[in-house]
Amino acid sequence: MENLEAITLAIVLAPLFGSVIAGLFGGKIGRSGAHSVTILGVGIAFVLSLTLFLQALSGDIGSINQSIYTWMISDGIRFEIGFLIDRLSTMMMVVVTFVSLMVHIYTVGYMADDEHNWPDDSLAGKNSYQRFFSYISLFTFSMLMLVMSNNFLQLFFGWEAVGLVSYLLIGFWATRESAVYANLKAFLVNRVGDFGFILGIGAVLMYFNTLDYQAVFNTVEMHQDVTVSIWGDSEWSLITVICILLFIGAMGKSAQVPLHVWLPDSMEGPTPISALIHAATMVTAGIFMVARMSPLYELSETALSMILIIGAITAFFMGLLGLVQNDIKRVVAYSTLSQLGYMTVALGASAYAAGMFHLMTHAFFKALLFLGAGSVIIAMHHDQDMRNMGGLRKYMPITWITTLIGSLALIGAPFFSGFYSKDSIIEAVGHSQLPGSDIAYIAVLLGVFVTALYSFRMYFLVFHGKARMDEHTREHLHETPRVVTWPLILLAIPSVFAGALFVDSMAFGDFFREAIVVAPAHDTLGALAGDFHGWFTFGLHGFVTAPFWLAAAGVATAYLLYMKFTHVPTMLKEKFGWLYAILDRKYGFDDFYEWFFAGGSRGIGNALWRFGDVKLIDGLMINGSALAVGWFASVMRYVQSGYLYHYAFAMILGLLALFGLFVI
Amino acid sequence: MFSELPLLSLVIWTPILGGLLVLATGSHRRGGLQAKVLTLLVSLLTFALSVLLFTGFDTTTAEMQFTELQPWIATFNVYYHLGVDGISMPLIVLTTFTTALVVIAGWEVIKTKPAQYMAAFLILEGLMNGAFASLDAMLFYVFWEALLIPMFIIIGIWGGPNRVYATLKFFLYTFLGSVFMLVALIYLYFQTGTFEIGDFHAVQIGLTAQIWLFLAFLVAFAVKVPMWPVHTWLPDAHVEAPTGGSVILAAIMLKLGAYGFLRFSLPITPDASHSLDWLMILLSLVAVVYIGFVALIQQDMKKLIAYSSISHMGFVTLGFFVAFSIFENTGSWRGVAMGIEGGMVQMISHGFVSGAMFLCVGVLYDRLHSRQIADYGGVVNTMPLFAGFMVLFAMANAGLPGTAGFVGEFMVILSAFKANFWYAFLAATTLILGAAYTLWMVKRVIYGKVVHEGVATLKDINAREFLFLGVLAVAVLALGLWPAPLLEVMGPTVANLVEHIAVSKL
Repeated sequence: MENLEAITLAIVLAPLFGSVIAGLFGGKIGRSGAHSVTILGVGIAFVLSLTLFLQALSGDIGSINQSIYTWMISDGIRFEIGFLIDRLSTMMMVVVTFVSLMVHIYTVGYMADDEHNWPDDSLAGKNSYQRFFSYISLFTFSMLMLVMSNNFLQLFFGWEAVGLVSYLLIGFWATRESAVYANLKAFLVNRVGDFGFILGIGAVLMYFNTLDYQAVFNTVEMHQDVTVSIWGDSEWSLITVICILLFIGAMGKSAQVPLHVWLPDSMEGPTPISALIHAATMVTAGIFMVARMSPLYELSETALSMILIIGAITAFFMGLLGLVQNDIKRVVAYSTLSQLGYMTVALGASAYAAGMFHLMTHAFFKALLFLGAGSVIIAMHHDQDMRNMGGLRKYMPITWITTLIGSLALIGAPFFSGFYSKDSIIEAVGHSQLPGSDIAYIAVLLGVFVTALYSFRMYFLVFHGKARMDEHTREHLHETPRVVTWPLILLAIPSVFAGALFVDSMAFGDFFREAIVVAPAHDTLGALAGDFHGWFTFGLHGFVTAPFWLAAAGVATAYLLYMKFTHVPTMLKEKFGWLYAILDRKYGFDDFYEWFFAGGSRGIGNALWRFGDVKLIDGLMINGSALAVGWFASVMRYVQSGYLYHYAFAMILGLLALFGLFVI
Repeated sequence: MFSELPLLSLVIWTPILGGLLVLATGSHRRGGLQAKVLTLLVSLLTFALSVLLFTGFDTTTAEMQFTELQPWIATFNVYYHLGVDGISMPLIVLTTFTTALVVIAGWEVIKTKPAQYMAAFLILEGLMNGAFASLDAMLFYVFWEALLIPMFIIIGIWGGPNRVYATLKFFLYTFLGSVFMLVALIYLYFQTGTFEIGDFHAVQIGLTAQIWLFLAFLVAFAVKVPMWPVHTWLPDAHVEAPTGGSVILAAIMLKLGAYGFLRFSLPITPDASHSLDWLMILLSLVAVVYIGFVALIQQDMKKLIAYSSISHMGFVTLGFFVAFSIFENTGSWRGVAMGIEGGMVQMISHGFVSGAMFLCVGVLYDRLHSRQIADYGGVVNTMPLFAGFMVLFAMANAGLPGTAGFVGEFMVILSAFKANFWYAFLAATTLILGAAYTLWMVKRVIYGKVVHEGVATLKDINAREFLFLGVLAVAVLALGLWPAPLLEVMGPTVANLVEHIAVSKL
């Protein structure tokens, strides 16, 4: 297609344009101007992305790899900015722009009275509405740059740019101490991941002499047997080293244990960005990256095993933490961590397609759940504590039904979207032969029970039972405005249908074509495809599988604990105080990091400064030599006495010495 | 049409003569307004002249361009020989650009002897341009030493309360270092019979002599960069210097040291550079890691940025001196140029970013007369526009892709990886440390609630401040989004340098 370059450029530049206008001229164009221009920009990006996606589906366009401009040339290596448009990236583009569009519209309602969130006499809140739109459009641009990239440089650019916007948005309410603590933490923990990531890029450049994906993938087989020694004489496979380093980056961005600690705290940001950035899109960048790098990962079983285990740990243990949260957003946040673990497990089992499939369905239903939670929060006048909610279904029917849909999709109820994607992952892990796959299988199975339990705990606590809020709040309870509910409805639709629609092609078919490479020995999804007989049979069969019964048990337990025998949770909490304490302290990760890394770095810094700089260098060397000079000078002072006869005497001595030299 | 002009002489002597004229104009009339306007015109004219250097530059050759040659001291074969290549030309443009900004930044702020202040910066500008443009070592040395004087005066007169200690430390350090360089230059004169730097490059020297020469140069340049452990003069000098002095110090004067490594150490003593590269790499990595930790706990904003400067300059020296390890590790000189170019890009980007950071601190200092982080907090409430700029520059300081701060660090880390995994590993810690010390400061200064009364009375930046911060913001983003033009200028010169150091002189 002739105008393809123009279309791809328009997709990334339209949100950027909206962002710049709303950001720089927000005061002039006002609120409606800002949201109109950004919604228009993201809308254009969505429509064009959808067009590309449909064309890619119908086969009108194959995969396109084009450069936009040369960032720089150094040492004969060209660093380009360019796009790779294939089925993997078009799918991501549609997901990103669709969720982003929904969040943009929703934000019109959510941020309508944002001035209340700022101190009265603060200028920081001026035009905060416009600034918020500018940021989320900038995020959309950055995320698109990331997924559309055809090279590692631009991937890293997008990677860090989404991190920047995430930083700005978590700390959006910049006058709140907790928010600006959370955004610093998020940025730094992500930087730990990026530290690995940039070293991975360094390894790629060193051995492949290019950062272009296609060029790397084309020659990857040649480097299969290359080994590098990093520590002493131990030899590591090059590909394993690259894969692990890159995956460390993914662990930061996709919040995998032990780099997960920033995600729960990121809930300090306004809810729309929790939905967009910290659930649907940015946090899945790591998953996308590994899927994109499948030609590399397929050559390293060590890396795949590691991914499998880390994903399994995240999926199960982070889910458990969701059980003890009282803040509605934090429940959804831990649920996101756990689901990201599922996607990671899929990657480890070489079921990249299933991971991407779950990424897509999760984007829909998790954005829905977050926006639903946000809708509740609006109605509750920004009270997020579930202990003060209850019985909301009567007041907010649309929020209630859509949240129920989201929850059903999340726990994997048959025929809902999450069912198809999660079941394919669980099945694939069951078929994986890699070391660690047994543990991972158990973890993801048990995770299903935990997911159902915390999801329906939240659901019951919020929408059913007694209304526990104060009188004033209850009197003002009502459904949120249409700009809020419409996005919920629009997200609920794919949360139901996207699974059935795509399970055939995406999980078990050849949806991603050459974009995802799987070695025959690892082809877990391929092995399952033989038993797959269409979405309907798969859904029916779902009722007789272990995950279904585990999920059902989870829902039943939640019902019993939070609807029937409501005194039991408190009792359990007291009886198993130690367990509750562990969960409540989030396994101690935060405390340990705060003490060891934050405190430790300050300690090292203090020690180096006080001892190294002040005492040793300045004290001993500099002022020491100053003292020495001073002493020397004091000796010289005797010599330079100012008396003429002293000088005369010295001259005569000198002359004598010189003569002496000549004589000898 | 401009090619006939002696552009290099013009960028040297226009500001120096302009500075003398400003001195003659004096401060007494209308608060020195005349002097300020004249200074601004001269600095803008000089900047315009340097832009002609950029536009007229031939990016296809490594030869010296815009050369001028006149006998100066015939007895000792000393020539007034000027010329620029891809290494020095960008630094001259950076100098003229920064000076113009500093003039604008000092416009209302300097109340005592404004004419003398402005004149000092103009003269300093000319001398720095002279140092970068000299192709004769004696000429270089004269400029190199002479430019200490205006900086000495700037800190000593317009500096803070402890300025005498700081100026003495600054002067003694750098002067002591320079003496060793002078000895080295005289030795080379006796070897070649000339002070022509190009002849120094070509002369064959034995390893022992090379090592002595290298060490003599090292003392001079390491102090200037500054490298650990001769860095402690810098935080003191920065803290006491007026904002403009800090900006010039960080943006340009530190670069003179790094420039010296490229112009003298590497090409004149390639074998010594090769045998002592471990030392240089070690000191560079110490700068990145050790200084990174030290920056983290600073309570004074200027000190923090000063330490951050040292840490960033560690990347410059690392990029230059990983060359030989890359060759030993990979058996090829490929990848060497990227390290050197990365170091050079880092010099330019650090000029923008550290300059911007010091200007930001200056904006706050002008209002509350404190540099202590603890005296601020919640500045965003009263100065939202300023907060936006500060966050942008902080991100650039933390090396965010899309800003200037990323490009050099990225290139150096990539090439360090080719030398040794652990070099890259230690260098890449800056991703975490740099973000930690910069953004933690931002958190404590910019974000949060207003706790101090002083912060509540702050006024957001005015048009003049918006101008210089805005110009720097554009520069930081432009270099980050499209570094290709800068690399194009540097390319042939660096390629030539790599070819040169690849050949042993033994």
